[in-house]
Amino acid sequence: MCLAIPVQVKEVLPDNMAKVTLDGVSKIVSTALIDDLRPGDYLLLHVGYALAKIDPQEAERTLALIREAAAMGDAA
Amino acid sequence: MKYIDEYRDGRLAKDIARQIAALADPARSYHFMEFCGGHTHAISRYGLEDLLPANVRMIHGPGCPVCVLPIGRIDAAIALAMRPEITLCTYGDLMRVPGSNGSSLLKAKAAGADIRMVYSTLDALRIAEAELEREVVFFAIGFETTTPPTALALKAAIAKGLGNFSIFCNHVLTPPAIQNILESPDVRKLGTIKIDGFVGPAHVSTVIGTEPYEFFAGEFQKPVVVAGFEPLDVIQAILMLVRQVNDGRHEVENQYIRGVTALGNEKAQAEVANFFELRESFEWRGLGEVPYGALRLRPKYVAYDAEKRFSMVTPAAKDNPACECGAILRGVKRPADCKLFGTVCTLDTPMGSCMVSSEGACAAHWTYGRFREKARQVDGGRAVA
Ligand code: SF4
Repeated sequence: MCLAIPVQVKEVLPDNMAKVTLDGVSKIVSTALIDDLRPGDYLLLHVGYALAKIDPQEAERTLALIREAAAMGDAA
Repeated sequence: MKYIDEYRDGRLAKDIARQIAALADPARSYHFMEFCGGHTHAISRYGLEDLLPANVRMIHGPGCPVCVLPIGRIDAAIALAMRPEITLCTYGDLMRVPGSNGSSLLKAKAAGADIRMVYSTLDALRIAEAELEREVVFFAIGFETTTPPTALALKAAIAKGLGNFSIFCNHVLTPPAIQNILESPDVRKLGTIKIDGFVGPAHVSTVIGTEPYEFFAGEFQKPVVVAGFEPLDVIQAILMLVRQVNDGRHEVENQYIRGVTALGNEKAQAEVANFFELRESFEWRGLGEVPYGALRLRPKYVAYDAEKRFSMVTPAAKDNPACECGAILRGVKRPADCKLFGTVCTLDTPMGSCMVSSEGACAAHWTYGRFREKARQVDGGRAVA
């Protein structure tokens, strides 16, 4: 019910809307809650509205931390 | 799929599980509650419980808005939808939730009520615009993620001068529910749940931020790790919780830094604050009356408040007495403890809301867990890692 999915912005449209894609499927969604939108940005989409931007650097950082923890588990 | 697949690597998950096993003190047990139904679903779907050592256990919390909606609210919505002038728009999750005496929105629709499933409040608005002669009511439900879309729909309806659009508001709030689990007299009486920490909901936190959880960490001395919904997110969060417990820390940590900040989406918060205010009390299925646990429309928007506009009444309705949803939502019982589980109550014939929503503990266990439990029993109770 409260799950959001990551989608990529293809085109910024007028009236706080944007065209986004997920695995090739496109959709028109509301971006009224997001500032400074650019094509190529990743958004978390929930019931037709973008709730947040996904920060690519932080996403990389999380993956790095996960790999680090996994490597320690390997050694254990 | 970007930002999904990378967080589903089973080999990495097993390595992290080994790290958890190495860090977990064999002399103690660790009980963590995942509040959000999205986590319950991920834990069941990817079999994460099987990866964990026997002394690290997950307790399924009440975090599914469909599961906690009391039966009386469904009855009230059905009664409204039966009125000839009303078109009731609702998210698909609500269609099969059982009301009193075996009723549901789906059955009411079959009986002729004008009930339409929508994906978004944008769809409900379009219906109201296209059918000005109908009274279009949006059955609004959800936690802090789903409330901003309702607020924006109202804003748009007002801007467009749509007089035939209104909201039946059932939006609920996460922090008061966590507080209720920790301190309600009922829970103290039941007294059987030990909680050492919480996995906090990521998507809710994209809106409200991590700050609202600081209170629990401080006041109740419970660690909270806000985590994403992919299997690696959840298992990393469990590792972070084990570390906090071992260190005697009780802090709010953010595993989902790719989407969540301390303050959240302030634009969304402002839209919500414009239209909604706290209800002094709201009944949650399984938790009873939760003080300040829900929102209602501000009095100046009374014209858009379906409860007022159509003088809706919420009947005091009783759950099926054999259904254990209440205890399950509090983490006191597990789905398999319910007598109806898998016999009378299945995915096709849900008796309680925990079986209806795919994020409910009973549905998750029915879909992914029951065979594993058997395998575990055969295995002599050892976790298969
Ligand atoms: S199995 Fe069905 S009846 Fe039993 S607690 Fe779950 S939803 Fe309720």
